[in-house]
Amino acid sequence: MQEQDETPTFSEVNLISVTVNGHLYERQVSVRMLLSDFLRHVLHLTGTHVGCEHGVCGCCTVLLNGEAVRSCLMLAVQSDGMALTTIEGMAGTNSELHPIQQAFQEKHGLQCGFCTPGIIMSVHAMLHENPNPTEEEIRHELSGNLCRCTGYQNIVEAVKLAAERLHASHMEVE
Amino acid sequence: MATRWFGAPVQRSEDPRLLRGKGNYVDDIDLPGMLQAAVLRSPHAHARIVSIDSDPALSLPGVHLVITAADLGEVLEPSPLLIPHSALTQPRTQLPLALDEVHYVGQAVAFVVADDRYIAEDALELIDVEYEPLPVIHSLQVASADNAPLVHTDVPGNVAAHFIQNVGNPDSIFASATHSIHETMSIERGAAMPMECRGVLARWEAHESMLTCWISTQGPIPIRNGLSAIFHLPEHKVRVVAPDVGGGFGTKIMLFYPEEILTPFAAIKLGRPVKWIEDRRENFISSNQERGQTHEVEYAFDDQGVLLAVRDTFVHDTGAYTPYGIIVPIITACSLPGPYRLKHYYSEFTVLYTNKVPVSPYRGAGRPHAVFVMERIMDRIAKELNMDRCEVRSRNFIRPDEFPWDVGFVYQDGGPTKYDSGNYQLGLDKLKVLLDYDNFPKLQAEARAQGRFLGIGVGYYVEGTSIGPYEGGSVRVESDGRVFATTGVTSQGQAHATTFAQIVADQLGIHPSEVLLTEGDSQSFNWGVGTFASRAATVAGSALHLAAVKVREKAKQVAADLFEAAPEDIELVDGKVFVKDAPHRSLTLGQLAISANPLRYAYGENARQLMSMNLAGPRQGPALPAERGAPGLEATEFYSPPHASFASGVHGAIIDVDPKTGMVSFVKYVAIHDCGRVINPMVVEGQVHGGVAQGIGGAFYERLVYNEDGQIINASFMDYLLPTSAEIPSITVDHVETPSPLSPLGMKGAGEAGVIPVPALFASAIDDALSPFDLRVLEMPLHPCRVYELLKETQSI
Ligand code: FES
Ligand code: FES
Repeated sequence: MQEQDETPTFSEVNLISVTVNGHLYERQVSVRMLLSDFLRHVLHLTGTHVGCEHGVCGCCTVLLNGEAVRSCLMLAVQSDGMALTTIEGMAGTNSELHPIQQAFQEKHGLQCGFCTPGIIMSVHAMLHENPNPTEEEIRHELSGNLCRCTGYQNIVEAVKLAAERLHASHMEVE
Repeated sequence: MATRWFGAPVQRSEDPRLLRGKGNYVDDIDLPGMLQAAVLRSPHAHARIVSIDSDPALSLPGVHLVITAADLGEVLEPSPLLIPHSALTQPRTQLPLALDEVHYVGQAVAFVVADDRYIAEDALELIDVEYEPLPVIHSLQVASADNAPLVHTDVPGNVAAHFIQNVGNPDSIFASATHSIHETMSIERGAAMPMECRGVLARWEAHESMLTCWISTQGPIPIRNGLSAIFHLPEHKVRVVAPDVGGGFGTKIMLFYPEEILTPFAAIKLGRPVKWIEDRRENFISSNQERGQTHEVEYAFDDQGVLLAVRDTFVHDTGAYTPYGIIVPIITACSLPGPYRLKHYYSEFTVLYTNKVPVSPYRGAGRPHAVFVMERIMDRIAKELNMDRCEVRSRNFIRPDEFPWDVGFVYQDGGPTKYDSGNYQLGLDKLKVLLDYDNFPKLQAEARAQGRFLGIGVGYYVEGTSIGPYEGGSVRVESDGRVFATTGVTSQGQAHATTFAQIVADQLGIHPSEVLLTEGDSQSFNWGVGTFASRAATVAGSALHLAAVKVREKAKQVAADLFEAAPEDIELVDGKVFVKDAPHRSLTLGQLAISANPLRYAYGENARQLMSMNLAGPRQGPALPAERGAPGLEATEFYSPPHASFASGVHGAIIDVDPKTGMVSFVKYVAIHDCGRVINPMVVEGQVHGGVAQGIGGAFYERLVYNEDGQIINASFMDYLLPTSAEIPSITVDHVETPSPLSPLGMKGAGEAGVIPVPALFASAIDDALSPFDLRVLEMPLHPCRVYELLKETQSI
């Protein structure tokens, strides 16, 4: 019982400020709150999904300072001062889908849609690193995201199409 | 020419929302004052509950309620037995919370409601349960041993059911057959693992005595009916909604998962919304699983490779309970004959209890097991007679002119196992071309010369789909011209909002995007069963078709009056309604909907335009003439299939096996699929892709491992390996279309098909790749170590 004195109690809260999709949020959060729960239940950005909470499925993938991370493996307090992009920030302010999202629709790269936001975020990071991936590279990169519905084939096709279009329009994935 | 949407690869209307992260899954719904729940689960596979002390949990700040079995009052009832059967002599279903005994690791023991999930989980740790461990049955082998301990003390021999079906006279065939072989084949447990776990949100509104539940389920209407009975509420005072559901695959239809009762119970008691969301660990130990059978099969055949008779005796693991009766083993028994003319067939099965998670259908539902057995038989016959494996299959196919073909067994729905249509040879021919089957021996020989072991395998299945009892559909045109359609089934990714819209759009001469579908909401459509057994598209789709036909007829009647023409001369094309050959004078569906509702007060642009048109005034007599029926352009219809319709397909693959590591990779995968008339080929191919991926998982990666204590020792995604994009190959899909004569649009089910033949063809391909070692695969799933072990076993003999 003694060591309890040294560990922070779970009711301890910290003030954090995080930029999500361009908006600055300041919130008091419990020190043990997961980043995924913070996004979903505090900021109500429920497009980030939670499929395992142990870092395997990739449903919770978001961009942290541009890099794809699993929000279920981070605490909200660890994101203090950082900039996040979630699926809600992908399409921008106009009504059009992002070319990656558009390609997923055209190639039927989603069924139930639960894995989709995480996959789109991973693909976004992937195409930033490697704008012209081969099928093998796509399959390798995507292997950190589980999808139980599609068998991946149309997701791979969607990524190819998105890469082609982004390339053709000289549009960098920022 | 009017566009026909049925059959077109229309893009999905559900996508833009889901792609933007604007889906609405249960855990996305946030209600004011909502509390969160967590479940205390048994850590023992079998134990007596001596005592439960929940006081310390209740005194934790932020905890609102702790429920144990003792608190449930009259709600403490075993769940209903969904599908009774005369052979199921010892059915057992579970209580919402265990009372004095737990029967599997993961069984619900207490339910905690707190301010948030973090506190609720803290509270679970403070509940003190004293257990007295009892002997554990962790496998079929242990369950069936003499003097085995009992899962349920009052069920002798752990036998839940024993059932025999027979056609022809197999015994006399065996007595005189030239060739007969006996083998043991087994298939271990696997799990559905939808990416979204289960979840329940319940809200009680005391001021109108109304209970609303949002549940990640495949069957909201049966759940509504059940909750209304349990809580003594009229059906219209219980609303159950399946919002967006992140995959189901069978595991999300069960009456009841305990949380589906406990969450509304707590919400009613507290007068506040309560949400429970299953986490992945819970999903592994409390959501129903499947597979798990061992077959002793004997088969007799002649010198020509014709299969003469089969005697199959198998044991089926039902886990701790039989919520779904004996549906799964019945489907296995009925699916075993597959596309072959099996006239003498004896099937006997015993359903055994084990201290494991209960079993209910998981995509494929008993069929991968059956197909594995039958296709292994076909391969063995080929081997014994030194014949080509496809040739043996061809010699045994039911021919196109032999339909309807009656297998002679009673199917899962109580109807006949009567194949309505099919062309099995055509499917195999297409497969051989796409696989380049005839050239494979050359390819294989070249590879072997380089030390590579390639193998080719095929697996054929026939799948009973589209079972009853019924589904309904309702179609209504509103005054602004939008068409609302609704039905009682749900979608977990099957794209009903798109495919059902295609069906309706065809009748009304509009674009599918103008049809808005609501499904999975008991307040929107009152009747229905659910999405399972590859039935929703055919059964609910047919009902919506019939309803749309009615609306079309009514639209013609109304328009005929307005245009002073005959109804049969009215056309509905491209959103316009007009008299044939006079399209310049037309009405929109919205205007027609206003005219069909003889009110004096009509609003909106359509109403204004109607006024300005020079149309015929109302007829004499009642404003709503009897032949018109109800006001508006609306109709509700039901469709009840006479019996199941039988889809089929054949898959083939070329694999590459590394005998040094046991690792297998796919070189090529082809799926030929016949689900009758296809509403949307893009969607059907997507279903096939996903099914094949699950099949590959179930053949090579996924296997639930229970240890002797009944603990699943790989209950996480780190250890239970769902295949990823790196393992699943590209799949070539082609169709055969033999329309079903049973339903108005000729469709058959497609949802489960992809998964079914995969274990069979995988075994076939491994045998072939490793033929120099004379290996025969008789179990599923495999994994690299197991392939390596099997190889070692052949070498030590
Ligand atoms: S929820 Fe974060 S990886 Fe699965
Ligand atoms: S679309 Fe359902 S899990 Fe990927």
